Amino acid sequence: MPLSWLVIIVLAVSAVGYYLGRSRALAAAGGNSRDLHSLPSYYGANVLMKIIVPAFGVMVIWLLAQPLIIDRSVASMIPPSEIDEGASIGLVMAEVNRTAEGIRNAVAEGTMSREMAEDGRAEFVDFTQRLKDAGQIVTSNLSATIVRAAQRTNEMVAAGNMYMTALVLLIAAAGLGWGVKEAKPLFRARNVVEQGIRALLIGAASIAILTTIGIVFSLAFNTVEFFRLYNAWDFLFGVEWAPSFSGRGGSSSLGVIPLLWGTFYISIVALAVAIPVGLFAAIYLSEYASPKVRAFAKPMLEILAGIPTIVYGLFALLTVGPLLVEIFGEGGWLGVNWQGGGRAVMTAGIVMGIMLIPFVSSLSDDIINAVPQSMRDGSYGIGATQSETIRQVVIPAALPGIVGAILLAASRAIGETMIVVLGAGAAARLSLNPFEAMTTVTAKIVSQLTGDSDFASPEALVAFALGMTLFILTLCLNVIALVIVRKYREQYD
Amino acid sequence: MYDAPKLETALDQQDIKISADKVQVYYGETHAIKDVSVEIEDKTVTAFIGPSGCGKSTFLRTLNRMNDTIDICRVQGNILLDGEDIYHAKVDPVQLRAKVGMVFQKPNPFPKSIYDNIAYGPRIHGLANSKADLDVIVEKSLRRGAIWDEVKDRLHAPGTGLSGGQQQRLCIARAVATEPEVLLMDEPCSALDPIATAQVEELIDELRKNYSVVIVTHSMQQAARVSQKTAFFHLGNLVEYDDTSKIFTNPSDERTESYITGRIG
Ligand SMILES: Nc1ncnc2c1ncn2[C@@H]1O[C@H](COP(=O)(O)OP(=O)(O)O)[C@@H](O)[C@H]1O
Ligand SMILES: [Mg+2]
Repeated sequence: MPLSWLVIIVLAVSAVGYYLGRSRALAAAGGNSRDLHSLPSYYGANVLMKIIVPAFGVMVIWLLAQPLIIDRSVASMIPPSEIDEGASIGLVMAEVNRTAEGIRNAVAEGTMSREMAEDGRAEFVDFTQRLKDAGQIVTSNLSATIVRAAQRTNEMVAAGNMYMTALVLLIAAAGLGWGVKEAKPLFRARNVVEQGIRALLIGAASIAILTTIGIVFSLAFNTVEFFRLYNAWDFLFGVEWAPSFSGRGGSSSLGVIPLLWGTFYISIVALAVAIPVGLFAAIYLSEYASPKVRAFAKPMLEILAGIPTIVYGLFALLTVGPLLVEIFGEGGWLGVNWQGGGRAVMTAGIVMGIMLIPFVSSLSDDIINAVPQSMRDGSYGIGATQSETIRQVVIPAALPGIVGAILLAASRAIGETMIVVLGAGAAARLSLNPFEAMTTVTAKIVSQLTGDSDFASPEALVAFALGMTLFILTLCLNVIALVIVRKYREQYD
Repeated sequence: MYDAPKLETALDQQDIKISADKVQVYYGETHAIKDVSVEIEDKTVTAFIGPSGCGKSTFLRTLNRMNDTIDICRVQGNILLDGEDIYHAKVDPVQLRAKVGMVFQKPNPFPKSIYDNIAYGPRIHGLANSKADLDVIVEKSLRRGAIWDEVKDRLHAPGTGLSGGQQQRLCIARAVATEPEVLLMDEPCSALDPIATAQVEELIDELRKNYSVVIVTHSMQQAARVSQKTAFFHLGNLVEYDDTSKIFTNPSDERTESYITGRIG
């Protein structure tokens, strides 16, 4: 029975349960809902909750656990001799799972008989051909072991699904019985439902927090793994970034300093663009613009924030880079020959700055608006002009909040990837010339993990150490920003 | 029933400081001030009383053109300060506000030091030639605001760290620092406790020596205590304007009497 059917059946049972719980409670009170502790619908909701939550809970856990268990048991079937030189058991298992899925699809389409799919002695050459005919993607050299393993996988999947269906239905029935039995006038259904809702909300919050923790842990584990293979001191303070591409380590220099420098330099250029433009835009919007202009301009600015960064990257690559070369390059308008190619710190920095404008402006705008009108009145009342008031009263009052907004923008700049890849190039370099190509931590994480990387080599694992570095950096920035913003908020409460 | 104003007998014929003639104020379609004419005397405390929403603040704000900062607000009629039309095209509202200072209902010190709060006005109007000049102005203003003794040891502490009553006196000191000729006060004591209120009232009486003071108040006792003239507003009209003693003992309009005896309000 497919999964969707199971879900529908459980939902149907819970609907019946709702109705039964409600009507039974009403009947027990002689049709007078005033004699019930709670409104009749709460008795229904109680039954519904007792069916849905355990049934779907077990189902989700089962669906998550089943593949892991099957994988483990099938993996033990594969002799070490089957694993190619340089490959891992993971690759073989991926192959097995692909084949298993192929067989299932072929059976479902009718190109392969069920008997053949389950036949333990089927000729595997024939098997491969059938699968290919069925349009299933299989590598050409399916071995007998893999076919058997795939068949075993399918057997276990079928059995597992059957048990799961039975268990889930049983639980749903039990929940139905339990809930309906409780539907008596004195039962405090309302309080129970209240607790259920609370548990649901707590569950959602914990999922969010637990995933964050999980991500940090996976980063941390891999970082520790990296530091086992590569000296932490050399990583943190090395001034050369030169991973060897042979993939077998040893000769690589993996110093993070050039990457941090690139990150820092590009972010500085970006902030140098974004802070003045964003801040002035915010001041104009909040203090000078008429409501009509504001209603039009504010969303327009915020559209900038919705443009995918890859589009900004293209803009950097195709427009800003060539333009800068035309100005600062050889034979350019200034005749200075500072910039060799389109990819440079400047290119990426300027475009990233444009991307950050809405972050700075929209947050600052909110913060400037939060400065109480009485503060402005006080200044006008003394005979200050509007710009004097803004410069000497409004901005100082909003300053902590604006600093917070800028720090948040900075942490965006540090984490930005696509614009760097397309705008700044891939050369890790320690240089002061902003017209030279450089690269950042994020761009290097991408390049270390794309392509055929062996996840056990320091060249790949360094990506996690880089990720950790970045995470700690932005975390600190965000914490500082939040503390500042919060402190500012308290001032006017 | 009310304290008799202390100085009513000393009140001789005064100069007219502000003269308003047939003033109308509109907020969009709302007619907030209807045909108000009033003459405000120099070196006098004038109280505006009346029920909430009757237009006291609105009228007060027309006197230093603070209403200019509200987009939908329109003012018609004549308002003369020392015989000159303050709504004339050649008058700079910014200069006007230096001459007609304002103190607000809620103390609103700037998020700056006490010293910089006071020095703000003199600095933007270029009243001090040197740091020493500025120090003198700051001290003089703080003394006039009756707060010098409390803050002289912490001039560089933030103004927002003072108590409510101190903040309001700081704001008064800030307003007098630009040497205004008229001081407008919109319910300056409504956010203060009785002790701070008494201090501010005493200060207002002090200020009368040098300035023409206009104060909006909801407290009839306060109006009776500090003012020599009282104007009663009702629904945007100026109902009655006379000596404070006359208004509180023998009002000529029925509505005034109802209000001060607590029947409307
Ligand atoms: N900024 C404004 N925009 C629109 N209407 C206003 C504004 N300020 C005051 N009003 C209206 O003008 C009238 C007088 O208000 P106000 O002068 O504040 O009264 P008071 O100070 O006597 O309580 C009220 O009806 C009020 O709703
Ligand atoms: Mg008012």
